[in-house]
Amino acid sequence: MLNPSTAPSPQLFSPLSDELVEAVNLIEQANNWQDKYRQIMLLGKLLPPLAPEFKQADAQVKGCESQAWLYHYTLNGRHFYLADSDARIVKGLIGLLLVACQGKTTEQIQQFDVKQYFDRLGLSGQLSPSRTNGLTALAQAIVAYTQDVGT
Amino acid sequence: MKPALSLSSAVLFDHQALRDQFPALKQTIGDHPLCYLDTAATSQKPQAVIDAMTEYYQLNNANVHRAAHQLSARATQQYEAVRQQVAEFIHAQRQDEIIFTHGTTESINMVAYGLTSQIKPNDVILIDTAAHHANIVPWQELAKRTGAVIKPIPLTTNAQLDITAFDQLLALKPKVVTLCHVSNALGTLNPVNELVAKAKAVGALTLVDGAQAIAHLPVDVQLIDCDFYVFSGHKMYGPTGVGVLYGRYTELDKLTPMLTGGEMIKTVSFEQTEFGALPNRLEAGTPAIAEVIGLGAAIHFLQQLPREQILAHEQQLLRYLQQQLQQLGAIELYGIANDKHSGDKHCADGQRHNIGAVAFNLQGEHHQDVGILLDQQAVAVRCGHHCAMPLMTSLNLGGCCRASIGIYTNKQDVDQFIHALNTVKGLLL
Repeated sequence: MLNPSTAPSPQLFSPLSDELVEAVNLIEQANNWQDKYRQIMLLGKLLPPLAPEFKQADAQVKGCESQAWLYHYTLNGRHFYLADSDARIVKGLIGLLLVACQGKTTEQIQQFDVKQYFDRLGLSGQLSPSRTNGLTALAQAIVAYTQDVGT
Repeated sequence: MKPALSLSSAVLFDHQALRDQFPALKQTIGDHPLCYLDTAATSQKPQAVIDAMTEYYQLNNANVHRAAHQLSARATQQYEAVRQQVAEFIHAQRQDEIIFTHGTTESINMVAYGLTSQIKPNDVILIDTAAHHANIVPWQELAKRTGAVIKPIPLTTNAQLDITAFDQLLALKPKVVTLCHVSNALGTLNPVNELVAKAKAVGALTLVDGAQAIAHLPVDVQLIDCDFYVFSGHKMYGPTGVGVLYGRYTELDKLTPMLTGGEMIKTVSFEQTEFGALPNRLEAGTPAIAEVIGLGAAIHFLQQLPREQILAHEQQLLRYLQQQLQQLGAIELYGIANDKHSGDKHCADGQRHNIGAVAFNLQGEHHQDVGILLDQQAVAVRCGHHCAMPLMTSLNLGGCCRASIGIYTNKQDVDQFIHALNTVKGLLL
């Protein structure tokens, strides 16, 4: 469970743009790996970047060879996340998780089947725990935040 | 890109026949043949090694050193024969200088633990900055237990061990000097004979981590003259789970056993236990018998090959790999040896060489992005800090990619890798 000592202001946690939702469709529709990963990186670019002062060790998700940071904010029972990575593909993969989880309820996030989601996108290989992209750890951290509500 | 370099001059033996003995290399991943350039992490295994381990389990499986029955006698005989084989392979003076461990990491831990009673507060331990974490952390733990002081041996701007700085550090009269023979992250080769001789001259105990050297270079522990030399089976075409700790008998015999119990004792009572003699004293518990036998098969496999020609083939292939990377453009290479240096046995042309591996980054790109996109093309390389964070810090790097070769690597592998990397470049840049 991440427990960062500082966090970005609540205004920065916002629903993601329609452009990002559309980017997920483009990834699903890509018919070769080059296009798929090109789209993943474009999706990563659309994700709002984390200000440098929030790239802190205590917000870092462990299990990533690259660095990845994750922040969380709850508003009216809905969960909002801010995340970034210093690797472009990892940032895109994080973006995919955020599109699925941003603004969702605890129940929706806890029922979210990340494996099925990545299977559908043709990216199931990236989810294996043996990967050092940290995606499994990130998905777990996103869910873990919903289990901590009210504490 | 310039036309590909011909490698034919080095290949005086049938390289394809050699490669064919590694079943794992015959597979395809997706639409691509597997391009395995991660031998420095672990090598693939020849059929002979797989067969030797299977045969042991099918016919000879028994515990060693304890039972009176024939199976145990056969297993013990096979197991002890490998000890003799290892001793000959690295030119140890006696076979009880060879301890079987679970790997390089355990071997170094056994030495660092075993020296505890010999180290006093403020004793100095010199560690190669290029060392793998396995050759750093056990010494830090030893320092915590004893109050000893760790001093890193710095590198030159070209990531080679800085011999001038080393000479200055020796004035501190270190108690232990620990070096890598070949750096795992960069493939840089240390002139270990010279470094060990200097360390010995000031009375230091010396350990050389040979994990990345043993599969590539002939190793003669008497020539190096180090007190301890360690390596793993799985990086030299043998199985995982077995490694070697070589120690000069007089020094090995002084180590306090890290593990106790099993066959390492002479007598046990509740009042007092007397430890047995080497090598058993440092091999508590049932050893990895099948893996030791597999290691024996790997050594036999290597000994049957024309190793000088293979080394020449590997060196030519590595230079070809470096050249192709340089020609690709937008590539940063790390630790490429180019400084004149004499005095080391393997530097016949007066040059320092890289052994087995090339470390690089695509300019301005994250090593993990490069690794993910290479993986899409069935190219296996290691991307990260290579368990050498102090080295990465000294190079001011967050990490890098490493392509590493073995005896089975051929020009097609290098060409497939370069082609794949060019595709990655197109996607990222």
